[in-house]
Amino acid sequence: MIEQRNEEDLFHPVDHNRFKQNEIVRPSIGQFRETVTNILRNKLAVLGMFILVIITFFAIFGPNMVPYSYSDQNLEAKNLAPSVEHWFGTDALGRDMWARTWYGARISLTIGIAAALIDLVMGLVVGGISGYMAGRGKLGDRIDGFLMRIVEILYGIPYLLVVILLLVVMKPGLWTIILALSITGWVGMARIVRGQILQLKEQEYVTAAQKLGTSHGKIIWRHLFPNMIGIIIVNLTFTIPNAIFAESFLSFIGLGVQAPIASWGTMANDALGVILTGQWWRLFFPGFLISLTMFAFNVFGDGLQDALDPQSSD
Amino acid sequence: MYILKRFLTMIVTIWVITTLTFIIMHSIPGDPFASDADVLPEEVVENMREKYNLDQPLPVQYLLYLKNLATLDLGPSIESKTRDVNTLIADGFPASALLGIQALVIAIVFGLILGIVAALNHNGLLDYLSMGVAIIGISVPSFILAPLLIKYFAVDWGLLPVASWGSWEHTVLPSVALATAPLAIVARFMRSSMLEVMNQDYIKTADAKGVSTIGIVIKHGIRNALIPVISFIGPLVAFLLTGTFVIEKIFAIPGIGKYFVDSIFNRDFPVILGTTIFFSAILIVTLFIVDISYRLVDPRIKLSSKGE
Repeated sequence: MIEQRNEEDLFHPVDHNRFKQNEIVRPSIGQFRETVTNILRNKLAVLGMFILVIITFFAIFGPNMVPYSYSDQNLEAKNLAPSVEHWFGTDALGRDMWARTWYGARISLTIGIAAALIDLVMGLVVGGISGYMAGRGKLGDRIDGFLMRIVEILYGIPYLLVVILLLVVMKPGLWTIILALSITGWVGMARIVRGQILQLKEQEYVTAAQKLGTSHGKIIWRHLFPNMIGIIIVNLTFTIPNAIFAESFLSFIGLGVQAPIASWGTMANDALGVILTGQWWRLFFPGFLISLTMFAFNVFGDGLQDALDPQSSD
Repeated sequence: MYILKRFLTMIVTIWVITTLTFIIMHSIPGDPFASDADVLPEEVVENMREKYNLDQPLPVQYLLYLKNLATLDLGPSIESKTRDVNTLIADGFPASALLGIQALVIAIVFGLILGIVAALNHNGLLDYLSMGVAIIGISVPSFILAPLLIKYFAVDWGLLPVASWGSWEHTVLPSVALATAPLAIVARFMRSSMLEVMNQDYIKTADAKGVSTIGIVIKHGIRNALIPVISFIGPLVAFLLTGTFVIEKIFAIPGIGKYFVDSIFNRDFPVILGTTIFFSAILIVTLFIVDISYRLVDPRIKLSSKGE
């Protein structure tokens, strides 16, 4: 009797939780918190963030703060300097510069963010497939090689030239610009993502996860993706201002949004003729805001890069 | 082997952009003589179509264009009856090239100086000052900076000519406006490259062996820090190239950039096609040369490697 009891003690059901403990997942909150604390310590990056919040706020609410719309013409009130009536003055057609400037901010930010997001998705898909398939048998190498040839050729083609060509033949408009900007814009992101994946998938923890039988999807989602987020976000903070710059550049040479829609680039172009007549507000407001936005994104991006880089903790 | 492969990629890229440009240009409904067809007799329009090969089926037009391109003939301009695309480019090239090269030299020389000074004063006053200049240079687009330069240097202070082309004085403001952003990028790039190099063991070794600071900086620091900067010249040239579009427009300089922008407005398709291919070819060849010389300068990168 006694022996039988002992045997029952020896065998008992395995606790399922013990296998759960073997699952290795990086605590995601830790790095996030660290990044936030790091970036808050960087005064310039905080300033950039602050500027971006303010510009976004005015882009959303600014045009509605005044009783004029961006296209309302008033020939009795043309070329007015900034005053209580018209906070940023008026242009040659008597249009309110405040309304136009912040409406332009809407256009610029929309184009910047939309183009950057399309680049991100395209880059993740192409770069991800390419990087993950590389070195996985003949087929994998072929897929990687094929995608990389495309990327290589697109990378060699001058970016703005392609955009200009597309805009010459397409119907001008907001979405045309976004489309034209993203048709070749994703290449840079794809290269970065591929490089990251090639590097990350050789890491010991990925090999370990593979040997433990983790599925491809889970490896990508749990191990590869979280470790790339930093670089991807940093790249985004540089893609957005580049798209904004490209839009104002194109609008400036007359290929961007069409009149009467305002954009910072078209406003700067309109102001070219009057810069010598002393109407400083025509160039100052759009010009200053483009520069301020570029500045804010750049310092914020720099700060983010430093905050995410463990080597630059000093 | 690597050079050959890289060369083939270059040819393919030029071919791809030619084809792409051709398809885009011909996907537009109507033809360049649509507006003339109302005022001119039908026979004249027919003759013009024939002259520009527009009466041929598209594949034939494409092959004709490729054939002409192989002999470096970019075809006639529709807008300008007397000058073809080749003469247009030949006319505009000297001004554009002078502008581009001056801007490139300004950007590289001052960018490097700024970057080196900043790196050697890491976290010091000079570092913050030069990086402040650099971040402003990146933030202010050239088409905002150029009108300001004209207003102050040309109009208010009368130091330099307002616009147009002629003497060397005419080239100063446009070159500066064109160079500012690339200068800032070079400065930032050089700074981080220099900081990294100065942390290497061989710098410490040289220091421990008693090499003077100037010797270390020049012989070991700058020389090694320059290598990654070389790889950046390609994108820099691309940047300058597209920059000339607005700068030549603002300063009314008769260069290719201005012709290109004008041809966009006139929808002069042969000129758009020709200048696009010309610009792309210049850029692609530059990228090729930079890539090869980069590998030659740095013995650590083997020419036979896959080119990551």
